[in-house]
Amino acid sequence: MSELRSELKYLSSHEWARVEEDGTVTIGITDHAQDSLGDVVYVETPEVGSSVSAGEEAGVVESVKAASDIYSPVSGEVIAINEALEDAPETVNESPYDDGWFFKVKPSDLSELDSALDADGYKAACEEE
Amino acid sequence: MLMGHKTALYSTHQAGGGKLVDFGGWDMPLHYGSQMEEHHKVRQDAGMFDVSHMTIVDIQGTEAKAYLQKLLANDVSRIESIPGKALYSAMLNEEGGVIDDLIVYNMEGWFRTVVNCGTREKDLAWMNEQAASFDVTITERQDLSIIAVQGPNAITKASAALASEQAAVVPELSVFQGASAGDWFIARTGYTGEDGLEIMVPNAEAEGFWSALSEQGVAPCGLAARDTLRLEAGMNLYGNDMDDSVSPLAANMGWTIAWEPKDRDFIGRAALTQQKADGISEKLVGLVLESKGVLRAHQKVIVEGLEQTGEITSGTFSPTLGYSVALARVPAGIGEHCLVEMRNKQIPVKVVKPCFVRNGKPLI
Repeated sequence: MSELRSELKYLSSHEWARVEEDGTVTIGITDHAQDSLGDVVYVETPEVGSSVSAGEEAGVVESVKAASDIYSPVSGEVIAINEALEDAPETVNESPYDDGWFFKVKPSDLSELDSALDADGYKAACEEE
Repeated sequence: MLMGHKTALYSTHQAGGGKLVDFGGWDMPLHYGSQMEEHHKVRQDAGMFDVSHMTIVDIQGTEAKAYLQKLLANDVSRIESIPGKALYSAMLNEEGGVIDDLIVYNMEGWFRTVVNCGTREKDLAWMNEQAASFDVTITERQDLSIIAVQGPNAITKASAALASEQAAVVPELSVFQGASAGDWFIARTGYTGEDGLEIMVPNAEAEGFWSALSEQGVAPCGLAARDTLRLEAGMNLYGNDMDDSVSPLAANMGWTIAWEPKDRDFIGRAALTQQKADGISEKLVGLVLESKGVLRAHQKVIVEGLEQTGEITSGTFSPTLGYSVALARVPAGIGEHCLVEMRNKQIPVKVVKPCFVRNGKPLI
């Protein structure tokens, strides 16, 4: 069974969002997503300083099997990207919710996350797939 | 729920954490956790594959040789003087297209062929149809499982796992040669570019042998690793790199056609002869993408100065090289570079011979 974290918000497109203590949002892909993708070989993240919009494409995760777009759960400015993934993309498979984070955003409107799914909602969405 | 055919090792794969998927109507393990780890294990040590979904067809009778000399584009007389010798061949239709690629073994007085899983019905129908005018019997062997053990330590570890009667035949095997030992047939062949064995064992003995291999430190490997390994080694996959509509001459299989003796009238000979006379406009090459991204089947290949485009037939990320490689059918006049259309961009790639890794070492 795929792991879920109860404190995170989710998109049905398999991204998670974590609101940090300083109000920034860390974004990654779920355990279910990394399991479906298989071994990740490349990760494309938005550039630091660029803007992302909630629900829009913000990067790509590519496994041996397939390439998949990543959607940002929130709008705002990208303040950090996980450079470790360049040399160790397999971190996404090994630690999707911790070391395998993709990018961090300074959100322009945190209330956008109100319409995102909670853990139970995401689990239900997966079961419908 | 998967409802396909199951090999004798199905429960073993389940118990071993295999991620089971449908493959040509069979429930097979895609991987056991990480296809990349399994790939590295084969290149560096030893891995094992359940390939029992493939189709074993024994050819017997007084005219077995003559039959195969008509049926196959390669010539079994090339292997008839060496017991157990194997031959890789195309089986062509009258238009010169590839019905399947297969291996045929000299079983001393008769022959064993191993054909693909997905082409089983088509191949058996064709082989039986062509057998009508020969004194020959065609027998599918569903009673045998096949376990491939591949890697630099494969032969050592497999020998330690075999019973003494079977282990005894192994040291004598040259590359591309097999030998019978009791009900088992052990061949020094493979689909990975590494040394190793492909072992046909009675179904009831498959689980025991798989366990014995595991005890020797041979890692179970799935179909995903099988694909990255064979593609690195430049080995074709039927259905991707060629099919009924593709000539072997456009699939890097020209070397498997035995044109001599000139009076051997194999099926497809006339069509191939005409193709050669007309000139072959396409060929199968290797592509290498050294920047980020993965080349994938069906992506379009664009050659500067040519209107004719090509297409990737097989593409993947190469774990041994650390970047993406592909096989592609392209205009024969292609140079050393071309462009591949990927995700709305045209990415430059290098054109190379269609083989990327041999005996664990990069060739490019």
